[in-house]
This record gives sequence, C-alpha cells and structure tokens, in this order.
Amino acid sequence: MTAAGTSYAGPTLEVEDLQTHFFTKAGAVKAVNGVSFTVAPGEVIGLVGESGSGKTVTGLSIMGLVDEPGRIVGGAIRFKGENLVGASEDRWQKLRGDRIAMIFQDPMMTLNPVLRIDTQMVEAIHAHRQVDKATARAEARDALGLVGIPAPEERLKTYPHQLSGGMRQRVAIAIALLNKPDLIVADEPTTALDVTIQAQIIYEAQQLCRRFGTALIWITHDLAVVAGLADHIAVMYAGRVVEAGTIDDVIDRPRHPYTVGLLGSVPSANKRGQRLNQIPGMAPNLLRLPPGCAFKDRCPRGDDLCLTEPTLQSQPNGRAFRCHHPHEPEGAA
Amino acid sequence: MLFMSFLVFSGVYVIGDPVDILISDEADAEDRQRAIEGLGLDKPFHIQYLTFLGRALQGDLGDSFIFEEPALGLILERMPATLELALSALLIAIVIGIPLGMWAGMRPESKSARVIMTGSILGFSLPTFWVGIMMMMLFAVQLRWLPSTGRGDTVDLLGIDVSFLTLDGLSHLAMPAINLALFNLALVLRLTRAGVKEVVHQDFIKFARAKGVGRRRIVLVHILKNIMIPVVTVLGLEFGGLVAFSIVTETVFAWPGMGKLLIESIGLLDRPVIVAYLTIILLFFVIINLVVDVLYSILDPRVRLQEVKS
Ligand SMILES: Nc1ncnc2c1ncn2[C@@H]1O[C@H](COP(=O)(O)OP(=O)(O)OP(=O)(O)O)[C@@H](O)[C@H]1O
Ligand code: SF4
Ligand SMILES: [Mg+2]
Repeated sequence: MTAAGTSYAGPTLEVEDLQTHFFTKAGAVKAVNGVSFTVAPGEVIGLVGESGSGKTVTGLSIMGLVDEPGRIVGGAIRFKGENLVGASEDRWQKLRGDRIAMIFQDPMMTLNPVLRIDTQMVEAIHAHRQVDKATARAEARDALGLVGIPAPEERLKTYPHQLSGGMRQRVAIAIALLNKPDLIVADEPTTALDVTIQAQIIYEAQQLCRRFGTALIWITHDLAVVAGLADHIAVMYAGRVVEAGTIDDVIDRPRHPYTVGLLGSVPSANKRGQRLNQIPGMAPNLLRLPPGCAFKDRCPRGDDLCLTEPTLQSQPNGRAFRCHHPHEPEGAA
Repeated sequence: MLFMSFLVFSGVYVIGDPVDILISDEADAEDRQRAIEGLGLDKPFHIQYLTFLGRALQGDLGDSFIFEEPALGLILERMPATLELALSALLIAIVIGIPLGMWAGMRPESKSARVIMTGSILGFSLPTFWVGIMMMMLFAVQLRWLPSTGRGDTVDLLGIDVSFLTLDGLSHLAMPAINLALFNLALVLRLTRAGVKEVVHQDFIKFARAKGVGRRRIVLVHILKNIMIPVVTVLGLEFGGLVAFSIVTETVFAWPGMGKLLIESIGLLDRPVIVAYLTIILLFFVIINLVVDVLYSILDPRVRLQEVKS
C-alpha cells in the first residue's frame, strides 16, 4: 500500500467543525471547539497558537486517541472521504500508524524505556504488514538513515535512554514514516532539536511530502518553521481556528487581531523568521468560556458587538477568519 | 554477617538456661554438673561465643542438645519442605496477583476492580494464623475436602523429597501454600495495579497505540515489561519473608519444615538449632538480595548501562 494506492482524488483530510471536550469533575473543558481545515495530498498545513489552544488535542482527535474523560462531541474528520468520527476501534487501529501517523510533542516520553529501538520499530511494521523479521529490520534501519541518524544498524540495538532527546525524536519520526502514511500529524517535532538538525528534518519532511504525496499537519510555536515549510496555516485560539489561509496571506496580511498580536504589533515588511509574540493577558478558562468572542478580554479592537459570537467568514483560496472588526487586507501589504 | 551472628547468639543466650528443661528434676547435682560440662554450658559467655564462631567457620553450627545430631543437618533436612511451601506460595502470589492487579489497574473505576481491591485489603490485614485455622475448619473439618495437617506422600526428585508431584502431596500442600501466599498475593496485586495505573497514562503507551499496535501486545509487552521491575524486586525481597513467615503456617498445618523445627526448638531451648536456623535464614537473605540484583539488571536496561559504565 502506498499513498497513491487508491483512486480517491479529493483532499487527504477534511476536518469540519470538530469539537472535542473533556468532561472533568469541574465541568466540560472545551479543548477543541469548532476546528475546521483541509489538507491535500503533498500539502503541509501549519497549526499555530498559544499553549493550551488545543493543538495537541486536535491532533489526537485525528488519531482517534482522545482518552477518557475526553470525547469527540461534534463535527467530522473525513480521511480520504471517510468520516472517522464514530468509527470503530478496529477501524482506527487499522489506520493508525499505517495511513495516519503521529509524532508526539515530548521525545523523552514517546519511546518505551524497557524495549529496544528495533523492537519498537519492527512492531510498528508488523502491526500492519506481514513481512519477515529481517525485512522489517532492514526497513527500520533504512528509516533511521532517512532521518539522518548515523550508524543506524547499531542504533537499532540500543535502548531509548542511551539516545539523546534529539535522537529519540528522530527515531519517533522514523517510526511515523515506516509505513509510508498518507497523513502525518507532527506535534512540535523539532522543538527539542538544535537548529541545523531542525532544518534537516524539515527539509526531509518536505521531500517526503513531495515524493510520496503525504499530507502533513505541522503543529508548532515557531513561525520561522511554518513559513519555511507550510503551504497553509491555521491559527488556533481557545479551541477554535480564528484565522486560516495561505502562508503568504496570513503572515503578510493578517486579518484577525490575535494573529496580528502573534506576529507583533508593529507592521513590518517581513514577519518571517521570528517566534510567536507574547500577547498580554491570559488565555480564557476553557471551562467557562465568556459569551461571544473568546479573545475579547485581550483584544484592542473589542467592543460590545464582540459579546456575540463572530462567525467564520470564508473567502476564496481557503482564506477565513472569525472576527467582527478584522484588520484591513491592504493594511500590511 | 559476623555482627548478626553475635546478635543472634547473645539473644538466644539470654532467653533461658536449657539445663532446666533438659535435665529431669530427679537428677542429682552431680549428674547435672556432668551434663552442663558436656554441653559446654559452664564456660563464660564470650568463650561459648568464640567456640561457636570457630566451629561455624568450619561449617559446624554445633549439635542439637535434644537430638544429639549436628544442628545444621537437622535444619537442612527440613529445608526442602519449607522451600517447597514458600515457592508454591510465591507461585500462587504471582499467577493470581499479577493478572488480578492488571485487571484492576486497567479499569480502576469498575465494580470488579473494587471487589478485588477490597479483597486485597483483607489479605493484608487478617493474621496468617487466624486465616489458616479458618481454612482448616472450613475445608478440612466441615467440608472434608482437604487433609488438615502433614505433608502427604512425597516423591524423590533429584535427591530431594517433594510433595507437589503426587496427588496426595498436592492436596496437603494446597492449604498451607494458599495460606502463606495470601499476604504476598495482596502485595503483588496492589503493586501491579499501582504500576499499571501509572504506566497506562504514559506517552509511550499512547505512542504505541498511535503505531497501530494491538491492545493485547500493549498490555502484555509494553505495560507488563514496565511493571515487572518493581514487582520482581519486591517479590524477591519478600521471598525471604515467605521462608521466615512459614513458621506460622507450618505450625498451624503441622508442615514438617524448618519453621516447625524452630518453634519446637525454642520450646525446648535447643540453642544450637535456633542459632543454626537463624544463621541459615540470614544466609538466605544475603543470597536472595544478590539474585534480585541480578534479575533487576536483566529487567531494567537502564541499570545495565550503569554497570557497563562503572
Ligand atoms: N485529559 C484532559 N483532561 C482535561 N483537560 C484536558 C485534557 N487534555 C487536555 N486538556 C485541556 O485541553 C486544552 C488544550 O490542550 P492542548 O494540549 O491541545 O494544548 P496545545 O495547544 O497542544 O498546547 P501546547 O502548545 O502547550 O502543547 C488545555 O487547556 C488542557 O487543559
Ligand atoms: S471579534 Fe471582537 S474581540 Fe474578537 S477578535 Fe474580533 S475584534 Fe477582537
Ligand atoms: Mg501540545
């Protein structure tokens, strides 16, 4: 099975008004509260937003890995046309690691400390394909080579604690690549790596998407990474996508006050190559979201109109934003 | 070890004078004196201790006052029975404790898990001898399913008498083994449950699921391998406790092991046997600690690396 194995021609993934809530003792935490985006084969979408905005939970929802007390309570996740919300655990298990793979945020915690690297890689292959052990090992070794791990044959025999954080993250990336998935959810995969390795991994990821038509969701805090890698970007705030569009549109001509805040208040010609800006104020409590726009308390443009929920305004070319008083499109151009 | 032997020896010394028990009241003073000299009990304490130590180093822990045989031989003769009992109890604790603990750890909110946990508290808190007597009343006296005391038929296995290979022996073994296992069963169960509860929420379990690995493999490989580290460590150390605690069970069920011999010897103030028993048990603990260290490094790759470094 390869990414091009089916005749399906539409987008690899369509997420539509996804809602994932955690039903805690204190009440329902609306971690994901209306997220929509689309990724086409070979395309990279960057998912950005402050800590706690629901990026990881969105990724886990796409993997069907949201655990109690969390639940997907609404919306659709269409993977190659098939809605996975409400799919059986068997169906999920077949897709996971085979067609949809995920790289986790914390490389120190993603590998089992008592199992060797080869064991953890070979089992990912055997979960989906009946190949003999030698073949599986050879594939594992090649995958390690692909992500730039030196002496992959020796690395196969090590335990996670014998590898650095960066090495472990590369192993996790290699594992995600093993079955040549159609979609990879990468949750801040390069944050733990140093800059040169980051660039290398990002380059490899791009190559991979082009070569195999893999769709990639890249979750990050780092605008420099998104700008250099992604085709589209979705900005999340308090469980919602507040602005989306092509990289050029969003970074050079942001419409939503939150995006403007993230990019820094002073308009300048080139926003690329910088980290997300700190915005004064606190993210709202997801247990008790205020009525209307969730960004109102921190928004310089907020007024009484913002006490009612702004609707998502969609424009051509995948451009969308959720605001009553958007910045003018020609303002920063 | 030397320090412990001193402690044991002096402890036994102050318990009481065996002469009073060994020699009948009718014996005259001269007989009495001869007996005391024969046993070496007329010497001052430190001489007795040094004599003991000198002999102990040559593997001679003295002769029993009662049986007039080497004390060590007496103990070793009874050791297989005790070991069989302790190993059976250990096996029961593992085979029942780990699956129940895993079950309870996977579904901590379920009713069955609560029942299991309540049961384990009983296993902890009820005194062994009381449970033993209750079991005997129920299964041996009331229901007459199992024999109440003794070891039953034994078979010679590599020069050691064992009960578990005959049906009669097995039926004799069942009750004392279960009785002795209860505490450790509860311990293994709770350890396993705590381990599972902690491990299931780790990222690496989620990552394994993200790879599409099946539930069976996740439980039996990813989770089990992680919780085996604390379980094996504690069980290894507890095995010494099992051997020592078998004193109670052996007494209740008249199981002819070292523990029963010890109780009898204490009753008769048979000092060499008591000292020999305690020395053997000490040796046992030392060996067990070594074995646990080895097992630990086999199970935990992180420990193995440190050894290579050092
Ligand atoms: N198991 C859970 N129970 C309750 N709330 C949860 C749970 N998991 C996540 N949340 C909540 O969901 C919200 C979104 O979390 P998420 O991890 O998706 O944020 P994030 O955007 O990935 O942040 P970061 O950049 O720090 O990784 C958080 O406010 C968090 O409190
Ligand atoms: S809707 Fe109002 S409060 Fe919300 S971002 Fe737009 S202007 Fe600010
Ligand atoms: Mg996150």
